[in-house]
Amino acid sequence: MISQTFLPGVSTFSGSVDHVINLIFVLAVGWFIVLQGLVIYFAVRYRRRPGVKASFITGESWGQLAWVLVPVALALVCDLGIDAAGGDTWETVKGELPPPAVTVHVMAQQFSWKFTYPGEDGKFGTGHDLVEDALHVPAGQVVHVVLESKDVIHDFFVPALRLKQDILPGRAITAWFNATEPGTYEIACSQLCGPAHFGMRGKVVVDAPNDFNTWLSAERAAQAKKAAADTSATRGNG
Amino acid sequence: MEAQLSHIEHVDHHHHPQSLISKYVFSTDHKMIAKQYLAVGLLMALVGGAMAYLIRVQLAWPGKPVTGWGFIAPGSYMAMVTMHGTIMVFFVAMPILLGAFGNYLIPLMIGAPDMAFPRLNMMSVWTLFVASLVLIASMLVPGSAPNAGWTGYPPLSAVPEYSGSTWGINLWLLALALEFSSFLMGGINFVTTAINMRAPGLTFWRLPLVVWMEITASALFLLSVGPLVAGSVMLLLDRVLGTTFYAPSQGGDPLLWQHLFWFFGHPEVYVIALPAIGMMMEILPVFARKPMFGYRAIIYSTIIAGFLSLIVWAHHMFVSGMDPRLATPFSILTILISIPFAVMIFAMIATLWRGSIIFSTPMLFTLAALSSFLIGGVTGIFLGSQAADIYLHDSYFVVAHFHYTLFPLLFMGGFAGIYYWFPKMFGKMYSEPLGKLHCVLTFVFFNLTFIPLFMAGFGGAPRRIYFPYGYDFLKPLQHYHVIATYGAIGLLLGQLPFVINLFASMISGRKAETNPWHANTLEWTAPSPPPHGNFEHVPHVVRGPYDYSVPGVAEDWVAQDKVVTVTVAAAG
Repeated sequence: MISQTFLPGVSTFSGSVDHVINLIFVLAVGWFIVLQGLVIYFAVRYRRRPGVKASFITGESWGQLAWVLVPVALALVCDLGIDAAGGDTWETVKGELPPPAVTVHVMAQQFSWKFTYPGEDGKFGTGHDLVEDALHVPAGQVVHVVLESKDVIHDFFVPALRLKQDILPGRAITAWFNATEPGTYEIACSQLCGPAHFGMRGKVVVDAPNDFNTWLSAERAAQAKKAAADTSATRGNG
Repeated sequence: MEAQLSHIEHVDHHHHPQSLISKYVFSTDHKMIAKQYLAVGLLMALVGGAMAYLIRVQLAWPGKPVTGWGFIAPGSYMAMVTMHGTIMVFFVAMPILLGAFGNYLIPLMIGAPDMAFPRLNMMSVWTLFVASLVLIASMLVPGSAPNAGWTGYPPLSAVPEYSGSTWGINLWLLALALEFSSFLMGGINFVTTAINMRAPGLTFWRLPLVVWMEITASALFLLSVGPLVAGSVMLLLDRVLGTTFYAPSQGGDPLLWQHLFWFFGHPEVYVIALPAIGMMMEILPVFARKPMFGYRAIIYSTIIAGFLSLIVWAHHMFVSGMDPRLATPFSILTILISIPFAVMIFAMIATLWRGSIIFSTPMLFTLAALSSFLIGGVTGIFLGSQAADIYLHDSYFVVAHFHYTLFPLLFMGGFAGIYYWFPKMFGKMYSEPLGKLHCVLTFVFFNLTFIPLFMAGFGGAPRRIYFPYGYDFLKPLQHYHVIATYGAIGLLLGQLPFVINLFASMISGRKAETNPWHANTLEWTAPSPPPHGNFEHVPHVVRGPYDYSVPGVAEDWVAQDKVVTVTVAAAG
């Protein structure tokens, strides 16, 4: 697999995205070799030689046009095959979303990422939200990311997950993935978002489910402790 | 009627006394205007090429000072990327392929004394000249130069605080509006001229393919540019008057711009591609000494490709946040475009079959363009596929792909045209050895530059990243950037033989005959260079443009206005 050799895919759908790329790669290279081969062969074989006149072939009759139309029909068959493979993969990645085990709100802004988890109550916006600098997710579970932007258009691209989705200000776009391999992967903003676009790097940390739960509980406990400290500090000042 | 009209204009032209200024500056002669377009295009190519050099060196050795410039700041890098794209598409490709060759070839190839509206023609080129100055100014005003990408997506392009560019982007929009106006005037002129001023006997089915392609391209431009002009006005109003067409917090929609931009942007690719393909199709039969294969099939394919180009724009927006259910229909339509283009490419290859091929510089450039465009064509399928695009969108794969379509057509096709019509344009012959050297250097270094970028794209490298070392997954791909940069430097230096050839041959080249290539089309019946008014007598056309090696005719070519008695019935 061509993209696989450069960067291994680690989501449940990375294989089918790579499969489409691979299918097109094989067809494209095949067609290119045949056509480029013909150009070179004809150029050498039919170079000007003394006493040899070119043939008067206009390609206007159906008999002659068949030399063009039959390969074109073959190209059409290849096109339809690519359409069929691509349509299914697209439906999987961008069609109806499977129900989530974990939902994370992602806020993009020039030039950083914020990831918001619900507090102990499991609900967003009840005053207990956890805001993190890295996206922690459990392996082997469906994750929804709700993508929002504060300013310009950004793009949530995780090359290893084979997931790319533009983030539009004024909309919340939900994307999904299911990471298969624990590890740390990079998020690259891949929509030009300003002079420091190159620095808008984020991290996805894929943990084993138990590790993820441990991490989430610890973060929530730290958050609660910090909130309590803040409250007493405020009371003290008053 | 056509003949009479031509004749009246013809006589009229011969009685203008010409001062130097009216001959070289405020000229209404289509040939001089074509050269003015060519000069603007080539000068702007120098500016665009200089930016390519700076971009490439920064990418290969990030953060190191660049020889001839110094340290490149992130904001300047974005401005260079933006201006490189804007300049090459709107101020190099269109002026050379439409402005210069459309102007030069349409009247000469249809046997007309000039364009239908010579003064409008002069106004077109002068509007382009002003547009170029405004564009240059946009890089020099205080605040940042335009830096929101050549696609200028709002809100980045709409809100000065986000980009840091104030008057830069305002002037950029103004320059584009002027450029569009220039080519609107030009397009009206091209279509009108080709429809109304054809010489007697020159039916549509006897028109050279390049004329078909120039008028199809002009028609596509006229059809598609309107929405973008409206979109640009809205963007300018958002910037200077505080309207909110693209501001989501006040009910606007940033995606609207993307639809308007790409509704124009995709046909624009064909506006550039078709004239170049047309020129290649003029050159192939002349140097294969064979008729262009499948003349009518090519014309039908051109029209179908043009029509399809108007309904595929959303393949630039698969992951933009538009309704994902739109992706599959747009993907199918996009991949379908491979069909008419396959007809054109197969027809070009079939033209070589059983020919008697002469490897002159124009032919070598045509074959180089065809070979490179094959890669541009097959790699388009990756990006037309909505599924592959999830990974490859906005990556270096896209950069490599569109350079493999635009560079071969614009530069290799353009150079093929410049060398082929050089004797007609300047009345002198160019140097073949220098021309061949130029072709080899261009072909080799072009491939060395852009093949590595496909690899970077397969590795997931996003485009428009100023400092790739920030990402771990990009570090193993860095050597591709280094190879590409050596290629790009070679490609730029490889243009020196062209510059030398152009000027040396213009001054001291061997005098060109009327028809040095033994070609059939009408421009080769006019003197080299043709005088104001073009033809001594209005040509009477009796045949199609590609009667080469007709059986029973002594010579292997028959000019379009030549009556011959064929001794044996023509086959096929």
